[in-house]
Amino acid sequence: MPDDAYINLDFLKLAVAALLIVLSATISLLLRLGLERRLLLAAARTVVQLMLLGLVLKWIFDHDQWYFVLALGAAMTLVAGWAAVRRVERRYAGLLLDSVLAIWVTSWCVTAVALFGVVRVEPWFLPQYAIPLLGMILHNTLNGISLGMDRFAAELAGKRAEVETLLALGATRWEAARGAMQAAVRTGMIPTINTMMVIGIVSIPGMMTGQLLAGVDPFQAGMYQMMIMFLIAGGATLGTVGVALLGYRRLFTAEHQFCPGRILRRD
Amino acid sequence: MQAAPSQIEARGLARRNPDGGGWLLDHVSLRVAPGARIAVSGPSGSGKTLLLRALAMLDPVDEGELLFEGRPVRRERIPDYRRRVIYLHQRPALIEARVEAALRLPFALRVHRGRSFDRRRIVRMLEDLGREEGFLGKPVDALSGGESQLVALLRAVQLDPSVLLLDEPTAALDPEASRAVERLADDWLAEQPETRAVVWVTHDARQAERMGGRVLRIDKGKIDDAG
Repeated sequence: MPDDAYINLDFLKLAVAALLIVLSATISLLLRLGLERRLLLAAARTVVQLMLLGLVLKWIFDHDQWYFVLALGAAMTLVAGWAAVRRVERRYAGLLLDSVLAIWVTSWCVTAVALFGVVRVEPWFLPQYAIPLLGMILHNTLNGISLGMDRFAAELAGKRAEVETLLALGATRWEAARGAMQAAVRTGMIPTINTMMVIGIVSIPGMMTGQLLAGVDPFQAGMYQMMIMFLIAGGATLGTVGVALLGYRRLFTAEHQFCPGRILRRD
Repeated sequence: MQAAPSQIEARGLARRNPDGGGWLLDHVSLRVAPGARIAVSGPSGSGKTLLLRALAMLDPVDEGELLFEGRPVRRERIPDYRRRVIYLHQRPALIEARVEAALRLPFALRVHRGRSFDRRRIVRMLEDLGREEGFLGKPVDALSGGESQLVALLRAVQLDPSVLLLDEPTAALDPEASRAVERLADDWLAEQPETRAVVWVTHDARQAERMGGRVLRIDKGKIDDAG
């Protein structure tokens, strides 16, 4: 069992690591960086947020009921949908709903593939699998969606004359939007592709690190990481396609008209 | 035989001002008969462009209807309608990198499937305008305003539309370039004078005169039909 090799951390051990925060804050004071307050706040938030997460997860692991797992997953998904929109520069009415919908459908489908098709967890809602898998997929889908939405609206706003010229020449709304859709999906996929290109060369990815620390066989940990990368790539791609399709329906009418006035720039 | 219906008939087209009260386009009715030459003039911001865009169904309208050849245009037929009724922007986007590619572009659209780019015809048209075949290889970035407008107009007329909606095509051009654009439009009309029609937004009263036909004055979104 991996547990044999696993070394538990207690607060005393953690305090040693926390000394590095104190060191960093001292450097900030000495160099007058003015970052010590933010650093301490960030450290405090890290402690509070992760303790809460630990408590919630422990509670859910102990209760081991499918509805608690789904409820936590739903909460995580809503936050992810909201966080994806928060970073977007250009907005339109319905963007938040589109974001939540796209992230919900795609990341849950991808997680379902992992739980039922790949890992084949029994029972499927086993929280130690379902929740971290969903979390990793959400995080990366969120990034893809966020970049994709931003690019889609920017592309349409910036190439308004081209889009309208195409429509005026008889293009369907789909033909007129295709360039922007391609740009959006490409932008949403690139970070994942770049990560996959250098994975394992520049650093050991987070999940694999965790498994190695827990004593899992390195080859198995690598297999898990491969699976996660494939899921993440799928989630980011599908999520970006989804959000671009939803946005397309909002910015083009069924009469093949483009409504650039609906795109608003954030102040 | 019944009389041929108007190509385009606008009945009470209206568009609200989204930023407050009033109408941007105030219940405009207009018939564009086959063979018509209509010049639309009026102060800037009076709704000339909006009228043309509404005729091309490029903007949503709040009220009114548009008939083409006597029938309302169904949603799914709108791209086909725009194949027949082409709107040209004052500052056209040429999209592709070189003139020939820009001219070929529309043939990639579904609505123009079954037709193909006729290079010889384009070369002939260019010769009529005093330009050589080499013009097709020019990068679109290197074109003057007048040349861009010519390319945009060529791109439209090669599709053999029934109606051209020209939105101040010569506003930014010098007199010589303006004449070339007028000539191209004129030649296109002269090919089939009894079926083709043009609606032309212009600031220039003399241009309206040169192009002949009816002059529509538009002010505050309303038509004051003097023709």
